[in-house]
Amino acid sequence: MEANNNHQNISQATTDEIERDEMAFDYLIVGAGPAGLATAIRLKQKNADLTVCVIEKASQPGMHSLAGAVIETAALDELFSDWRQTPPDVWVPVTKDEFSLLSASSKTPLPLPPQQRNHDNVITSLGALVAWLVEKAEALGVEVYAGFPAQQALLDEGRVVGVRTGDMGLDKQGSPKDSFQPGMDLKAKVTVLAEGCRGSVSKQLIKHFSLDKNSQPQTYGIGIKELWQLPPGRVTPGLVQHSIGWPLDTATYGGSFLYHLENDQVAVGFVVGLDYQDPRFSPFEAFQQFKHHPTVKPVLEGGEIVSSGARALVEGGWQSLPTMDAPGVMLIGDAAGTLNVPKIKGVHTALWSGIYAADHLVEQADSAGWDQAFRQSPVAKELYQVRNIRPGFQYGLWRGLLNAAWQTLTRGLVPGVMKHHEDHSALKRLSEMTQRDRQWVERDLPPRDRLASVYFAATEHDEDQPVHLQIADPDICTSRCAQEYGNPCTKFCPANVYEMIETEQGRQLQINAANCVHCKTCDIKDPYQIINWVPPEGGSGPNYRNL
Amino acid sequence: MKVLVGVKRVVDFNTRIQVKSDGSGVQTDGVKFSMNPFDEIAVEEAIRLKEAGLATEVIAVSIGGDKNQDTLRSALAMGADSALLVKTDDEIQPLMAAKILKNLVEQQQPKLVLLGKQAIDDDANQTPQMLAGLLGWPQATFASKLEIDGDTAAVTREVDAGLETLSVDLPAVVSSDLRLNEPRYIKLPDIMKAKRKPLEVIDLADLNIAASASIATLKTSAPPQRQAGIKVESSEALVAELKARNLV
Repeated sequence: MEANNNHQNISQATTDEIERDEMAFDYLIVGAGPAGLATAIRLKQKNADLTVCVIEKASQPGMHSLAGAVIETAALDELFSDWRQTPPDVWVPVTKDEFSLLSASSKTPLPLPPQQRNHDNVITSLGALVAWLVEKAEALGVEVYAGFPAQQALLDEGRVVGVRTGDMGLDKQGSPKDSFQPGMDLKAKVTVLAEGCRGSVSKQLIKHFSLDKNSQPQTYGIGIKELWQLPPGRVTPGLVQHSIGWPLDTATYGGSFLYHLENDQVAVGFVVGLDYQDPRFSPFEAFQQFKHHPTVKPVLEGGEIVSSGARALVEGGWQSLPTMDAPGVMLIGDAAGTLNVPKIKGVHTALWSGIYAADHLVEQADSAGWDQAFRQSPVAKELYQVRNIRPGFQYGLWRGLLNAAWQTLTRGLVPGVMKHHEDHSALKRLSEMTQRDRQWVERDLPPRDRLASVYFAATEHDEDQPVHLQIADPDICTSRCAQEYGNPCTKFCPANVYEMIETEQGRQLQINAANCVHCKTCDIKDPYQIINWVPPEGGSGPNYRNL
Repeated sequence: MKVLVGVKRVVDFNTRIQVKSDGSGVQTDGVKFSMNPFDEIAVEEAIRLKEAGLATEVIAVSIGGDKNQDTLRSALAMGADSALLVKTDDEIQPLMAAKILKNLVEQQQPKLVLLGKQAIDDDANQTPQMLAGLLGWPQATFASKLEIDGDTAAVTREVDAGLETLSVDLPAVVSSDLRLNEPRYIKLPDIMKAKRKPLEVIDLADLNIAASASIATLKTSAPPQRQAGIKVESSEALVAELKARNLV
């Protein structure tokens, strides 16, 4: 598959004249995740006469959803009165928290930061939670359409009036196949963007309306997760284990999680701040190394992987929230960036932001005023209080921890807002970084490599469709990027989408778009910002099982 | 001409199948289910017959639990006119499926029954043949092309030697192969319309069919794991290794 950035543009040109079906709703929600579904559910609960439509790019709701996930449940109490009798399929109350510092060979227990106390919280799977929420939404009369990505916003005289869904049945060159089905125009009084971290329409509109002009740059992390089935007797259901330290160096922010589920299953994962500096660094490899730590490997050895995946997450917090409304459109959840980093939780803030967004719409019937309404909410206060914890880690692990303790002790009352830098600009050039010995070990636990890992994501894309990873200038990849950074896309992508291969024309970038698990890391971390992630044909992408 | 088309809800073909640790079957929790791909082709063919003015009505039928309603709604969204679910939580083997379908055929009086050649979960490839046998109807299996002309159907089949064309009198049972057609993408407004199309649920017990389970599943197991390979330094070493394993 050759890198060709023109495909999508060609298709745009040839399909612009096509007559498209149109449908109108009171409210349109882009993304069937916790934020979008909470909005839809709350809207219908408050006014059953409203027409509410949710579109989702995954083949079924929940199939692209990935999180740790230890969640706070108060937002579910707010939405439903009797939900505890029939909780989501994956639902294990937390019984114990552990937090430790790893070196290559040892593990030192650390005092538990108060934000990480999980008393009353529950280990779940975001995919299972989403499937559960969809049932509740549909029972209330919400129209949920999976397999339909939002391709672009529809604007009319400066106001967002809806979105156009992606065309189906275009070939690699962007020409219609026999099965061609043009995307349709979905219109609404207000469009609510709940696409999650680095949503593609959210990105278009943040730029179009300059919604980020008064905020700090958004910063991100990448989370990689595997669900394991273990030999009987190894897990302690409800045990939540977090670690910092090895295999990361102290300049790199991140850590691990190991959540013990029922039925001899364990969710293991690793998060790395995308402001890491070393262009040779591979988050996927760091995660695999963590699994080989002497205290972790014995847990996993002999087990087998049920499913695996990866997803970028927002880490900017309070100061990186863009203006959350523009005419006709609202941003909620991680499309805006409501995740609480010190808590390592974003599901409850996503749910709450959805609830508040619905309440705002029921009262105002318009997007105007949403940004202000959210900033006065309890979730905004929660984010404000911890705003200066994550930025402290740009000065390294030790100063970051000290600062975190200070910020926690003072409950965020010390005035001032620490700044962020854009993740892609944090990357140093090869010449500025000496190759490090990371004390990484020979691995023997599965998966062998990233390709083997993608297999557990059950990702699927029709190969005969336009490449959905658009490279604005492929020449940079082979010239400047190769020299300056050694093509970091080939290292940070957890699905081995980017490969430099030798061809008769010399070294070239090959994009294995069919491997993509829709994590969006490339769109974020590429140092030249020439990779643009757009949704592929509806229903493509991973089919996660309980991630 | 009424067309009856069977759809089965199966574990999606993209799913990585995992066997339960007790060997009693495969794991299904959190797993994506969808319409058996061969049945999807059968539905597509039925709808094309209707669009060509050859069929007057397309009825989609399924056997299984309540979740099968989702699968039937997909068939309705593709363009089927109505749907029937025979509700049961029991395991349904091919002979039982054929008996149930026979009952529905007698009720609905279709002139053509279109089924997928096999379901991708049990790979049995028996139901269409058994149904034709029970009904005493002609059958044309593994169809890669279907042409209706009055009371006969010309069916091109994919066989080992190439293509074979049969002419069968209607009513008949036809099973679809992979290359019969390429199913359409479902349009969003059609999903909406499908919600209002008739979907009748019948309890299996009400059909008064004697239960028949002639096959007992003893054990389900995963294929043996491939052993890791070794690297050899020279062709001599390779030959030596092959000899040591009695492979040359």
